[in-house]
Amino acid sequence: MKQTIDTAKIQKLELVATTKRYGDTVAVKAINHSFKAGTYSCLLGPSGCGKSSTLRMIAGHEHVSEGDILLGSANITDLPPSARGTAMMFQSYALFPHINVVENVAFSQKMKGVDKAVRAKKAMELLDLVDMVGYADRLPAQLSGGQQQRVALARALITEPSVLLLDEPLSALDPFLRIKMRAELKRLQRELGISFIHVTHSQDEALALADDIIVMNNGLIEQAGAPRDVFNAPKTEFVAKFIGGHNVLKTGPQPLALRADRLMVSRSALPAGEAISGKVLDVEYLGSTVTLSIDAGNEGELVASMSDADFFASPIEIGSTVFLSWKPEDAHELAA
Amino acid sequence: MKKKALDPEKRAERVSWALVTPLTLVLGFFLLLPIATIVSVSFWSYNEWSFYPDFNLDNYMFHLTSAVTWATYLKTLKFVVITWIFCAAIGFSVAYFLAFHVQSLPAQIALFLVCTIPFWTSNIIRMISWIPFLGRNGIANSMLQSLGITDEPLDWLLYSDFAVVLAFVHLYALFMVVPIFNTMMRIDKSLIEAARDAGASGLQILTNVIIPLTKPGIMIGSIFVVTLVMGDVITVRHMSGGQSASVGRIISNEISLLQYPAAAASSVVLLCTVLLMIGIMMRFVNIRKEL
Repeated sequence: MKQTIDTAKIQKLELVATTKRYGDTVAVKAINHSFKAGTYSCLLGPSGCGKSSTLRMIAGHEHVSEGDILLGSANITDLPPSARGTAMMFQSYALFPHINVVENVAFSQKMKGVDKAVRAKKAMELLDLVDMVGYADRLPAQLSGGQQQRVALARALITEPSVLLLDEPLSALDPFLRIKMRAELKRLQRELGISFIHVTHSQDEALALADDIIVMNNGLIEQAGAPRDVFNAPKTEFVAKFIGGHNVLKTGPQPLALRADRLMVSRSALPAGEAISGKVLDVEYLGSTVTLSIDAGNEGELVASMSDADFFASPIEIGSTVFLSWKPEDAHELAA
Repeated sequence: MKKKALDPEKRAERVSWALVTPLTLVLGFFLLLPIATIVSVSFWSYNEWSFYPDFNLDNYMFHLTSAVTWATYLKTLKFVVITWIFCAAIGFSVAYFLAFHVQSLPAQIALFLVCTIPFWTSNIIRMISWIPFLGRNGIANSMLQSLGITDEPLDWLLYSDFAVVLAFVHLYALFMVVPIFNTMMRIDKSLIEAARDAGASGLQILTNVIIPLTKPGIMIGSIFVVTLVMGDVITVRHMSGGQSASVGRIISNEISLLQYPAAAASSVVLLCTVLLMIGIMMRFVNIRKEL
């Protein structure tokens, strides 16, 4: 069953010079960003980068030190969590351990004073949405991590939010389940048409899920954009390194980012100035690709990724010398 | 002859027995043996100058059919209920303040230790120190009079049921604070945020999340308070000035009259009553997961 969502209710969310201070430390430094309505956005960054603080400010669980948060045309900066049109799914799921699954999902309705039969029916609809009808009478402790997450999702969605906030929702799951739930989150977002804002430190997760990736570091947004743009053309060294799969060349006038899979590996010498030579330190077979670690002298250690077909057509031995070249359009200048 | 090596399973079994033995001996010697003695003595007979082995139910018959017993049980239960209400209210509030209001862990630990300071002195001293405070010419009365709240000293401050309950609450409130604080500290703070996210007001969070999750702690504290008040001898005597009875005082009177079999029978009845009360309380909450 599909949930009917009033599309007029789905609005863009805007951060305007939003700042979070804890005493003297500034966790989030006056960031500006507009989350488009009905998109899947990922706040990506290492721990302590301010991504969780940002999410918690949007949710209303953290006081905004300075700046504003707008949802559509409403300023929601100082509204209580439940009055903002957002709902949060917590990292540990935060299901109430003393009540069963239906009661957990119906909790917000109970707080509003909705009649018991009505709220149970509504909760069952939401449980249907996340495929958990069969577990309605269980206590949270009797569910697996993945099942608890579905219940938490249903509980957040029952408030019919225009923005769903997810705090590292997949980090507590095992790798197999993580990929499965990832697909499901994306499907759910598409079906419901509401905005999802998802905090993660995993670039794979962000690339797989997001319509928009916001890379954060030190309380600032380093880069925001479509996953392909961010991955293909990182703007800063931090983004290039954090998102992975990139080499940063620093010997030129301007640092360059080069995707590992765009480096062309050749065994025969190329004219100087067109290629970098290096010694192969390590070869890692990863199934569809093979990764070479190459000691490139002044450039430090570089990583080149080849398809397994190319590699095994003429295998390269550890210790041999290779020449690396690239197309000019694949080199992206980084902010110094 | 070569000694045969013990197979590991047998060895493990012997180790298990060896590990269990000390506690079994301690409990057997200091808990089971005394109870067994009391139970067996409760069936003995006695007269003015001696008591001797026998098997009769006279002690129980006398104890259970006496109007004094029933009145005293009623009175004791009244103390239990009133003390419990105050201890629960104070215990919950203090624990709530410590667990949810105080933010830093060092401050929580420091304040918690402050709560235990009264326990550095003995029960009796803490109780007796109320006497000069509450007495006819005590601090409380002179203060009330100098403030003009009363014209003459209040008699009911000391040697009254009020004084008994006051002393009980003072002595036993901490037994409520500790287990409630303990369970509250285990409540995941994100549950409270989740409740707020779902639109729960402060009061709704209290009644729908915190109180249900604190129930085991409240129950453990209640067991402490109920058993302590049920078995009390000294507080009731001192604070009521000998005017109020309690089950414990019946037993202590019988002992002072050397009627040991009667005292034993009264003790067994009290023990059964308390066990029954705890059994009923355990019905409501599963505290096993707390232990």
